[in-house]
Amino acid sequence: MKSAVVLLPGLNRDRDMIAALTKVSGSPPVTVWQTDTEIPDVDLIVIPGGFSYGDYLRCGAIAARMPVMRAVAEKARQGVMVMGVCNGFQILLEAGLLPGALMRNTSLKFVCREVKLEVANANTPFTRAYRPGQVIRCPVAHHDGNYFADAETLARIEGQGQVVFRYAEGTNPNGSINDIAGIIDARGNVLGLMPHPENLIEAAHGGVDGRGMFESALGIAA
Amino acid sequence: MIKARITVTLKNGVLDPQGKAIEGALGALGFEGVGHVRQGKVFDVELEGSDPAKAEADLKAMCDKLLANTVIENYSIALGS
Repeated sequence: MKSAVVLLPGLNRDRDMIAALTKVSGSPPVTVWQTDTEIPDVDLIVIPGGFSYGDYLRCGAIAARMPVMRAVAEKARQGVMVMGVCNGFQILLEAGLLPGALMRNTSLKFVCREVKLEVANANTPFTRAYRPGQVIRCPVAHHDGNYFADAETLARIEGQGQVVFRYAEGTNPNGSINDIAGIIDARGNVLGLMPHPENLIEAAHGGVDGRGMFESALGIAA
Repeated sequence: MIKARITVTLKNGVLDPQGKAIEGALGALGFEGVGHVRQGKVFDVELEGSDPAKAEADLKAMCDKLLANTVIENYSIALGS
């Protein structure tokens, strides 16, 4: 399975993401720059975290309107797996590839800590390596991770199993509605989540709880 | 030249943690009788041309495509001189 990482000015988790994809798959991902209008033939496209365009206007708002995101949207339409982590999740929402919005944390504080995540839907291309309801550890680091959707949208995504990860055991760090940490699109090939699975993939990280997401998406897990 | 002011505000029912913090700070300063405070954004935009109808249509498109996130925000457009 081949992967690509989207690069935008102001992202700062791209190296972690490239390292994780390289270590899990055995080969490095290709990288695509914000002005690229075509993305090579890959199975998985990842938008990493950071502060694209300094979070100006709204987190992810400017990045979502760059040429590369039209190419990402086209690949998503073709069924290619797309994964956005942290700022990448914000970008996918701003691009309209996922429903809802991410707002300032209710604490108004930047949170950088480990949380517990419940795998609310293990039947996705990104979570097959986990058991339904499994609780994993994962780091978060963000200021705007407070997921919001109107009542109608929320009922729809809850009803269709589009909530993939929830903060568990009282560790919701940002006030997200229904403890939502990550969601998938209705078709099931675009995932966005605030936590950073790329930072928990090997023993040196203190655990491998995040590895399953990459193993699932890269077809390494059954 | 047409000057316009675009005001972007959070929709009703959307939690505004920053507005809440400002509300608390106003109370701490001793201002009494302050109800809810909601924080928004203002954009002053200059446009070439003199056709107000075209300006309004362009500004609306700018709001829908970039300046506002209509999932959580409303906007209003005021044309100046």
